[in-house]
Amino acid sequence: MTQSTMTSTHTPIEKKSIQIQVNGVIQQRHVEPRTSLVDFLRDELGLTGTHVGCEHGVCGACTVMLNDEPVRACCMFAVQADEMRVTTVEGLAPERGVMTQIQDAFCEKHALQCGYCTPGMLMACHALVAHNPQPTEAQVRDAISSNICRCTGYQQIVDAVMYATQAQKA
Amino acid sequence: MKAAPFDYVRADTLSHALETLNQYGGDAKLIAGGQSLVPMMAMRLARPACLIDINRLDSLKDVQLHDHEVRLGAGVRQRDLEFHPQLNSHLPLIAKGIQWVGHEQTRNRGTVGGSLVHADPSAELALAAMVLDVRLQLESTTEGVRTLQADAFFLGPMFTAVGETEALTDIIWPVWQGGRIGTAFEETAIRKGDFAMASAACQIQTTLEGSISKVSFGLGGVDGTPRVYPELAATLIGQHMSPALAQQVAHEAAQQTQPGSDMHASAAYRKHLAQALLTRALLSAYQESLHAQLPQDR
Repeated sequence: MTQSTMTSTHTPIEKKSIQIQVNGVIQQRHVEPRTSLVDFLRDELGLTGTHVGCEHGVCGACTVMLNDEPVRACCMFAVQADEMRVTTVEGLAPERGVMTQIQDAFCEKHALQCGYCTPGMLMACHALVAHNPQPTEAQVRDAISSNICRCTGYQQIVDAVMYATQAQKA
Repeated sequence: MKAAPFDYVRADTLSHALETLNQYGGDAKLIAGGQSLVPMMAMRLARPACLIDINRLDSLKDVQLHDHEVRLGAGVRQRDLEFHPQLNSHLPLIAKGIQWVGHEQTRNRGTVGGSLVHADPSAELALAAMVLDVRLQLESTTEGVRTLQADAFFLGPMFTAVGETEALTDIIWPVWQGGRIGTAFEETAIRKGDFAMASAACQIQTTLEGSISKVSFGLGGVDGTPRVYPELAATLIGQHMSPALAQQVAHEAAQQTQPGSDMHASAAYRKHLAQALLTRALLSAYQESLHAQLPQDR
């Protein structure tokens, strides 16, 4: 496409002012309506923990909590999250240098290799444990069926969640 | 993959949404859960000039349970249906079907109305809507309110009778009266929550003697729209279901389908799946009806 056709089809769109509480901090920005929530988190706020995989709702790498419920951050626009609460992988642990039991278990049980799916997997697993503190193995598999991992074959991820939730029981 | 530029309007009321739709004359799209629309925009298969966000319209989120029907607002989230305390006793087929709809993350955003207007041929809620013969209420500023039956609503793959400036507002699901009702929803997908390669749904009511008094069933993912088989269903009235009968009916139903081939499954394999899944659904719904309460406990 030539430069002239690119400019002729381009209509400037007014940016929208939004306010989103991300990991407990209120963030106010002006965004183009077409900015996806995941691009907003990464590019506007520099929170690159949330990963972008397929960008069309299949891989689950971009999973975040929206008002405490897991959603795919590539399948909504940042303007839609105006006045809502978002938790990303950076917001899981209470403070810097500390990890959640599930995060620790991911290390312990080698639940990641390349780590690309890990933020999404962690969000999916935390969402599961939030309403089901002692899931069965089948329930863990169901919860992570939304997320694609190309390295582990999933077994170590299941092991990690079982390890973390059974350690809580002990 | 980024969406093309668009303007964004958050609707405050349904009439605000409908007026804005009208102003854009077909260049705007309503967005509810966006779980199909946003990916289509990312791939630039859809390039609306404006998105009208109806997520905050409480009037579209109503769930009204009556003895003879359930009225669902188009904006009711799939996840809210999944956890609705009384839905199972009124519409057990939806309760079973919803388990197959996407994943927790997509059901948290995806809506009932969004799934129906998107009209993916393999959509579970669309199949349930055909099997239960729902009425769909549409509204626009120019045409006012009108209702359509499910078979007049789904016209083809991703194609419905909803006009460019019209919105789906309510879906009215009939509740079968009397007891001894059994339901089944069967599906095969590459990964649980992915698009169905084929799916089958069935609702059966039986007499105390075990003969079929009312039955509806359908197949999804094997034609341009989910389809039902009223003529075949009529032949089952008065009969007792058996594996041989289920297989014969499922075979005839599957033979009438015209599935496509893709990288996941050939047309022949989809037909085979359709037959196997429908056989299973007919038998399982029938068995469930024999053991169901009379009258149903609501």
